[in-house]
Amino acid sequence: MASKVIHAFYDDDDILMLAVKKVKAAKHHIDEVYCPFPVHGLDKAMGLAPTRLAITAFLYGCVGLTVAVLMMNYIMIEDWPQDIGGKPSFSYLENMPAFVPIMFELTVFFAAHLMVITFYLRSRLWPFKEAENPDVRTTDDHFLMEIEIHDNEQELRDLLMDTGAVEINISEKNSH
Amino acid sequence: MYTFSNRLKIASIVLMIVGALGIIGGFVMAPGTIAEAKEMVASHDSGHGDAHGAEAEHSTQENDHAVADTHGEEHDSSHDQHLLDQLKNRPWAALYVAAFFFMMISLGVLAFYAIQRAAQAGWSPLLFRVMEGITSYLVPGGIIVFVILLLSVLHMNHLFIWMDETVVAHDALLQGKSGYLNPTFFLIRAAIFLAGWIGYREYSRKLSLAQDESDDNSNFKLNFRISAGFLVFYLISESIMSWDWIMSVEPHWFSTLFGWYIFASMFVSGITVIAMVTIYLKSKGLLQDVNDSHIHDLAKFMFGISIFWTYLWFSQFMLIWYSNIPEEVTYYITRIADYRLPFFGMVAMNFLFPVLLLMNSDYKRVNWFVILTGIVILAGHYMDIFNAIMPSTVGKNWYIGIPEIGSVLFFAGLFIFWVFRALATAPLQPKRNPFIEESRHFHY
Repeated sequence: MASKVIHAFYDDDDILMLAVKKVKAAKHHIDEVYCPFPVHGLDKAMGLAPTRLAITAFLYGCVGLTVAVLMMNYIMIEDWPQDIGGKPSFSYLENMPAFVPIMFELTVFFAAHLMVITFYLRSRLWPFKEAENPDVRTTDDHFLMEIEIHDNEQELRDLLMDTGAVEINISEKNSH
Repeated sequence: MYTFSNRLKIASIVLMIVGALGIIGGFVMAPGTIAEAKEMVASHDSGHGDAHGAEAEHSTQENDHAVADTHGEEHDSSHDQHLLDQLKNRPWAALYVAAFFFMMISLGVLAFYAIQRAAQAGWSPLLFRVMEGITSYLVPGGIIVFVILLLSVLHMNHLFIWMDETVVAHDALLQGKSGYLNPTFFLIRAAIFLAGWIGYREYSRKLSLAQDESDDNSNFKLNFRISAGFLVFYLISESIMSWDWIMSVEPHWFSTLFGWYIFASMFVSGITVIAMVTIYLKSKGLLQDVNDSHIHDLAKFMFGISIFWTYLWFSQFMLIWYSNIPEEVTYYITRIADYRLPFFGMVAMNFLFPVLLLMNSDYKRVNWFVILTGIVILAGHYMDIFNAIMPSTVGKNWYIGIPEIGSVLFFAGLFIFWVFRALATAPLQPKRNPFIEESRHFHY
């Protein structure tokens, strides 16, 4: 189903932030804001739900730590115990300080990589995917606010002009 | 403009008086003769009900100090003399740990301040007066540490055994180090370092105040230049200071990252105190322009530098533990054998607590949460210095008792008195700092 949306362009992140707050105060729903770089505090201003990415990162870190412990226990204690530096204790706990760097690295490795993969999946990003941003300028120096129109085109146009938009377009959008 | 409230002033003076009584009590209670020392240890051990275990360990464990004394003497008498020395050291060591700890806080803040100046940071100028207030303690704090070092050189105590000629005469390692580690050069270095730190602090403060009254930015630019120069001096002097004032209590042992390790400790303690003083002043309705983002940034530093400290602590520990070279590993063997609780407790306080409490972004903006974590961090870093000094000076005869608590209370009182008195001497918000607008609108 196609719907009409209004695109308001801004050329400064501070003006954009103020505009988002004004539009929210006027009780309009902002569909999306496209930015060339992350704008701190924009998610809160738009009223987006807090990201759950941090929780997944913590869980992935726990997985990494577990993998490291099991892996080093199998390699260094069970499968092929070695006497390194006069420490042939063959006990995981007594050799634990030597494994701390590996435990740390694998925790970071799992958390970082799996978090990035999760982020890509959640944002529906994959190779050769076609860009969703409606205007190429949002990858350069412009910010774009997208609001769906429900028979209130003129009202929105006035409001957005008032917030300091440098350009306003109306376009058709195919919702997926 | 902040005025030093009477309540806080009286509280700080009470702390100083109670602390001074504790310090004096510690010196009075220290044994004067070998017989008294033996009696103290005996009553202490029976009280704990583990006299046998303690005695058995006692005879097997000897550190360098005692070994050096044994030459030409009967073993038992030298052992008793050693015990007496350790018990006599205890009030001195307690005094030294607390004096160093509070000096270290203001020195850490001075380094943080110089970095903000040299980096021309835009977020922090609102906090400059708070930092300058804390660094004012460097003058009394540094002088007190210097006086304690001077008294050590004058053989008033046995904190630094390499200052004892009879020990050096029997010790080839110490003889080899005597070109560097001798009392005269030691005091000269200490004087140069303190003069450099205090000199920079006073000059930078003068320029900072002059900038408010001037009509150009020349004071600000000069402050930028001297801060960059000071950081070079600080990096070298802080490292050597940590070898001289802390590492040399165990003169056979050395670690090449010790300077960084002590730096991490003073840096995180200093930042913690900046956050705590700022939150205190905000609670009094001052520093209106300091917002939650400033506190958030300080808490991020507390979190990050706590992890940095742990990284250095573990790096130092793991390499020495792994290589297991006798002259290196004694440092950790004595600490794990005799100081198990403070040694591992300190890692929990300095690493686990800040990591778990400050991990969440929102918690870094909750002021009472930052204060709570700050108290744990400060106590943990006091324990860090305690663990560095005590095992080499009082051995297994440590205890957190009247001398230790008294010393901490005394220097805490002096610190509060001096810092808040200095805070009251100038407006809390710089007027003409070129970055003050950026700092006021700081939003993470």
